[in-house]
Amino acid sequence: MEHTTINHLRELEAESIFVIREVAAQFENPVMLFSGGKDSIVMFYLARKAFYPAKVPFPLMHIDTGHNFEETILYRDDLAEKTGTRMIVRYVQDSIDKGRAVEEKGVNASRNVLQTVTLLDAIEELKFDCAMGGGRRDEEKARAKERFFSHRDEFGQWDPKNQRPELWNLFNGRKHIGEHFRVFPISNWTEMDVWQYILMENIPMPSLYYTHEREVFCRDGVWLATAPFMKLKPGEKAEIRQVRCRTIGDITCTGVTLSKANTLEEIIQEVAASRVTERGGRADDKRSEAAMEDRKKEGYF
Amino acid sequence: MTENKTSQPSGKEIGYLDMELLRFTTAGSVDDGKSTLIGRLLYDSKAIFEDQMEAIERASISRGAEEVNLALLTDGLRAEREQGITIDVAYRYFATPKRKFIIADTPGHIQYTRNMVTGASTANAAVILIDARNGVIEQTRRHAYIASLLQIPHVVVCVNKMDLVDFAKDVFDAIVADFGSVATKLAIQDVHFLPISAKLGDNVVEASLHMDWYTGPTFIGLMETLPVGGDHNFDDPRFPVQYVIRPISDQYHDYRGYAGRVAGGIFRVGQEVVVLPGGLQSTIEGIDFGSESLASAFPPQSVTIRLSNEIDISRGSMIVAVGNLPTVGQEIELMVCWLNAKPLQVKGKYLVKHTSSEMRCLVNEVVYKVNINTLDEVKDDLSVGLNDIARITIKTVKPLFYDSYKRNRETGSLIIIDESTNNVVGAGMII
Repeated sequence: MEHTTINHLRELEAESIFVIREVAAQFENPVMLFSGGKDSIVMFYLARKAFYPAKVPFPLMHIDTGHNFEETILYRDDLAEKTGTRMIVRYVQDSIDKGRAVEEKGVNASRNVLQTVTLLDAIEELKFDCAMGGGRRDEEKARAKERFFSHRDEFGQWDPKNQRPELWNLFNGRKHIGEHFRVFPISNWTEMDVWQYILMENIPMPSLYYTHEREVFCRDGVWLATAPFMKLKPGEKAEIRQVRCRTIGDITCTGVTLSKANTLEEIIQEVAASRVTERGGRADDKRSEAAMEDRKKEGYF
Repeated sequence: MTENKTSQPSGKEIGYLDMELLRFTTAGSVDDGKSTLIGRLLYDSKAIFEDQMEAIERASISRGAEEVNLALLTDGLRAEREQGITIDVAYRYFATPKRKFIIADTPGHIQYTRNMVTGASTANAAVILIDARNGVIEQTRRHAYIASLLQIPHVVVCVNKMDLVDFAKDVFDAIVADFGSVATKLAIQDVHFLPISAKLGDNVVEASLHMDWYTGPTFIGLMETLPVGGDHNFDDPRFPVQYVIRPISDQYHDYRGYAGRVAGGIFRVGQEVVVLPGGLQSTIEGIDFGSESLASAFPPQSVTIRLSNEIDISRGSMIVAVGNLPTVGQEIELMVCWLNAKPLQVKGKYLVKHTSSEMRCLVNEVVYKVNINTLDEVKDDLSVGLNDIARITIKTVKPLFYDSYKRNRETGSLIIIDESTNNVVGAGMII
């Protein structure tokens, strides 16, 4: 009897490659969003596999808040150079300077929300008709209802109560002028799947995901990295700890975990044993029960 | 780039790398405990994390509930939490050491047939909940009908709230008999029955201590062992071409690969194939998967096929085996589930999307409508509106390469799109 089964990672991979190829076939000017985090790295590797030996037929785009871990930028530029991929960068700082976005105030100020303005401006400026993102349905409850092909109106907004039906593997990317799509090729992956796949495919990851010493402080139960633009509240004190990032995003709202995990296997074991979701360290989600839903409706990733 | 650090010897030791994937959909009526079952599965399999649990504890208390309401975990949108109902299909994930599961959690209200159909379209198994106190009701019949219409390979009937009927065997047996006759009528092949209490956890992850008369598996035990390997068609080779790969580089100057996902059968290097439309023959020269070369490809793999001679092939073409052709035709009869508030227009023009091709079609006639409560064919009222299921005929402007939905869910399914709104308005299963 011939072997005709594949494991869950290969099945997820096949589904994601199918979705990415649909994007290349159905849209005229797609872009793949890249944050420097593990999900967008995996998504990019899937895209390379989808079109090999040709180059990936769309550019990557990073919406840069200016509040990054230095390692993220080094990894990003290195990846683009080594793979010969066009990397577009758009800066939240430019949106602020132009008066399109207003910097938040206070100790918890973050540029996370402001990214939406820069992203929507970039989509309009560069006339992208589809932006692929590394969002996963298991990340957050509003994301659990998102389609693979998610339609956005001319204001870039998501209408969660009126989504298009999505059946079988028949993805409908038809739209009117001025509208665009967000497509999420790794919708069905969990955090565990992503790490297992990184291990299976031996994908190089930024050093931030492995344990390292870093100056951190604790705020509302979440460990955050210190940085020149982070202000400590009275009572908070900076200290050196062994940490690693479980997600990588804007430094102002990306919590780090106290961890000694130094290999992919140790990271997987840590994820398996974890009792807090990866977004549990994300201050941006803690703002309210519907924080993610509200941001997504406005046009967030 | 940072080099990866791996501790030796291999990742296989930590397990999980050889798990299978099972997708199932859950259907039930409003209060039969579907969300509680899912909450229970996620909680008992430790897929609910502490921060999520704290969030639902807070929400339960603020809404005056005495105990933690696991159902709150699955209500993702603000309107759903406010109204206490589920509006849209939500996808949930959990894994046991044996399998990874994807749940398409669909709302049970009458008006949401379309969501149930959506969730069912990609499922290996349908889980139907029945309230032990109410037995088989109209909604149960409707869910069973949709499971059979969408050809979900396995149906799992959970008789829930057994705690409210004193865990009585005769209650369970009567429901099994009732549902059995529905299943026979619908020709559902593989049905399993379980007595459970989602609220107390009986027979969900842990075996019940209250029903020693039941000797079958727990819900998780069953879901871990349902055979999923045979759910695809491995008999009729079908490869809809999705995208043509032509590298612009000197190294791969002559490379021409046809990218797609195998929709049926097994393709092998050296195999004689026919390309539709046109019917020209060729031989498979290579099957590429990234930088790897494969000897064969089967569903649901996404690969790139190279042929030995140059043929005009583009998106919408289909590579099939010599001697095993799909039906090629323009007059197509299908069952349709209508998904839009604007009714189906007979003699109206729509777009159809089928595998990787898209074309216009004309709706010729409505043959009959299905009363999904009685399963009768209705011929005196042929208006097809939101959530209606009907048998219709369409004519496409170009030939479609298809199989019956019963034979192949990939090449037998299509969606109907309204060109004025670009919305998906119908889900079709070719007869």
